[in-house]
Amino acid sequence: MSSIVNPHDHGHDDHHGAPSGFKRWLFTTNHKDIGSLYLIFALAMFIIGGAMAMVIRAELFQPGLQLVDPHFFNQMTTVHGLIMVFGAVMPAFTGLANWMIPMMIGAPDMALPRMNNWSFWILPFAFAMLLFSLFMEGGGPAFGWTFYAPLSTTYSNDNTALFVFAVHIMGISSIMGAINVVVTIVNLRAPGMTWMKLPLFVWTWLITAFLLIAVMPVLAGAVTMVLTDKYFGTSFFDAAGGGDPVMFQHIFWFFGHPEVYIMILPAFGVISTIVPTFSHKKLFGYASMVYATASIALLSFVVWAHHMFTTGMPLAGELFFMYATMLISVPTGVKVFNWVATMWRGAISFEVPMLFSIAFIVLFTLGGFSGLMLAITPADFQYHDTYFVVAHFHYVLVTGAVFSIMAAAYYWLPKWTGHMFNETLAKWHFWLSLISVNVLFFPMHFVGLAGMPRRIPDYALQFADFNAIISIGGFAFGLSQLLFVYVVYRCVKGGDAAPAKVWDGAEGLEWEVPSPAPYHTFSTPPEIK
Amino acid sequence: MSNPDYQHYYVPAQSPWPIVGAVALFFIASGAGLTVMQLNSEQGNGHWLLFIGMAILFYMLFGWFRNVISESQQGLYSKQMDQSFRQGMSWFIFSEVMFFFAFFGALFYARVFAVPWLGGDSNNVMTQEVLWPSFEAVWPLITTPSGETTQAMGWQGLPLINTIILLVSSVTIHFAHHGMEQDKRGQVKVFLGLTIALGIAFLALQVEEYVHAYNDLGLTLQSGIYGNTFFMLTGFHGMHVTLGTIMLIVMWLRVFKGHFSGEKHFAFQATAWYWHFVDVVWLCLFVFVYVL
Repeated sequence: MSSIVNPHDHGHDDHHGAPSGFKRWLFTTNHKDIGSLYLIFALAMFIIGGAMAMVIRAELFQPGLQLVDPHFFNQMTTVHGLIMVFGAVMPAFTGLANWMIPMMIGAPDMALPRMNNWSFWILPFAFAMLLFSLFMEGGGPAFGWTFYAPLSTTYSNDNTALFVFAVHIMGISSIMGAINVVVTIVNLRAPGMTWMKLPLFVWTWLITAFLLIAVMPVLAGAVTMVLTDKYFGTSFFDAAGGGDPVMFQHIFWFFGHPEVYIMILPAFGVISTIVPTFSHKKLFGYASMVYATASIALLSFVVWAHHMFTTGMPLAGELFFMYATMLISVPTGVKVFNWVATMWRGAISFEVPMLFSIAFIVLFTLGGFSGLMLAITPADFQYHDTYFVVAHFHYVLVTGAVFSIMAAAYYWLPKWTGHMFNETLAKWHFWLSLISVNVLFFPMHFVGLAGMPRRIPDYALQFADFNAIISIGGFAFGLSQLLFVYVVYRCVKGGDAAPAKVWDGAEGLEWEVPSPAPYHTFSTPPEIK
Repeated sequence: MSNPDYQHYYVPAQSPWPIVGAVALFFIASGAGLTVMQLNSEQGNGHWLLFIGMAILFYMLFGWFRNVISESQQGLYSKQMDQSFRQGMSWFIFSEVMFFFAFFGALFYARVFAVPWLGGDSNNVMTQEVLWPSFEAVWPLITTPSGETTQAMGWQGLPLINTIILLVSSVTIHFAHHGMEQDKRGQVKVFLGLTIALGIAFLALQVEEYVHAYNDLGLTLQSGIYGNTFFMLTGFHGMHVTLGTIMLIVMWLRVFKGHFSGEKHFAFQATAWYWHFVDVVWLCLFVFVYVL
């Protein structure tokens, strides 16, 4: 293996190597290029969305209104949420899928390579639209990322149409991306790559892609109804015309709950890949992992109203959604058990991907437990719309999804770039992130239980100390991520040459090709025994 | 290591069409957004952006499909590739089903929960008492809580005729497909032409029905939840029939150009699937929007 990155070395007899120049990225049909584009885009959005979080935390550092006006604060919470969900976490996982799935199943590329590029290039335009609306007269969306009616209809600013159509094209992008993933996995597996030999990352992505295809169109329906309610005089969400604002929440969360699993199932796949590698053992309970993932996905369609316990649903609804939600902790528990059982008596080594994975297991589980608390209807009446909820979903999304993305990035960076990353700096990144993220989110549980409402730029004096601590944790966490950017940059630029099999405990087809992975891999499928 | 029988999976070289398509969608989305925002103002340039976007999209579709067709004609596509296309189309149709599901969901929610609750059903006696005490919960909701009135669209007449038209068109496209599989190109041309005619007839009658609704019944998009669900569901369905008809016309022209064979006719097959899909959606519409 050569340690020099020279894309022209990898040309096959019947295939072109990587074209050079700007056109390579605009016109590409290569799953690795597109994967890189997704990952870079996600990182950029992570920084922009993170900057918005810094604005929020700066304002909340002290009680009272000091830095930004409340309307701008609302735009920050809204766009922070939209960017992190649709711009950072989802594209990051799609980038991982693009890079890794074809290599893991021995496919020459994604099944529909041109459509793959279309899926990606829609995203920068969609987010340009969304961000541009922040600078327009009247400002950007300010109704929360969940855009509840009537906040998004009666009380929203005139630029809401731009938000609606930006979401529409994001949805088109996600659906096409997901179709590509499903078709690739179903149709392009190498001979012998039977279903139950599939790497778990591939399995979790297959199920995630199914969820995406099923619920992104429902989101499109929801934003369309918001559009017509606001601009065309319909009354889907207006009781005066026979509609119901609560109906918005039902439609939105029918999308929204599967959506949160869209953001966590690929994370489960990543952790199930990394933990066995550094435990130097096979994954414990492979089949149960597959079934647990599928169960979580199916259950995700029947739990949406646990986001709406305080809307005055009939008692039967409250009970059904409470029990259905609590049921999800069973397959999730199976997964956590299996990861721990994989590590049990393993020869564990603590490289950076493993550190992030262990942090994921502990902290995601913590987020899962607070979720279980929120699932209990009578208790939720107390927690609803408080910082407890904010703490809960940031534990599952930041120390869950984002940590798993970090773990995956460190795990596969040597495969992507052909270089080892700087281990010392990466460990610094991990420890700084781990400590600061808990300083940031853990006290939110306390202020939430004490009754501090979310999405408000000001708060009562008794929350001041905790909020100051939370903000300090926030700034520290934000700054730590710049270290991550630097580590990645250094790794792309150079470093020790990485061998084909970067981690000695790793298994899978992606470790059988050289590092960096050639521009085209598996043009003829390998035989899997 | 490799399998000698394996026919290469065609991975296209670089292509300009995706980025052109992304630019098109950008123009369409921002143009549509601005158009909607400028609805009540005299001047505005949003619709120009929208038109430019549509033009680019049309250009992209034309170029992209031309590429794909010529690659297919050159025999670059393996059986496995054909499978990818088929599976991709099936999942696309599934996503379309879910889009309609959202609007059917709104219809069911309004009928089963929202409207009866406004009328005091379940534990909502006080809701009605305080908000609109004289409101009567019936479906079709011809008088909204705020007092707007309209008339309901019956299912006899145009809707029934349209149902029959679409059902017949489902049969004609089936015969066209049979002809395709047996390489009877005359049969394909006749039955595909018939299907197109039926599609256009459906659309024309749909327009007539809308005119009737607006002019005679006072049933408009703004007529409360009944009018909302009626026009959104039938309207989106109509847009899908329009798209389906355009697809059928393209297939018809391609048949005349000598494309397709008994074994290889994915585009035709996909169009037929799409047509059956709009047909099934219409049947649900007919039952839940018109009859029940």
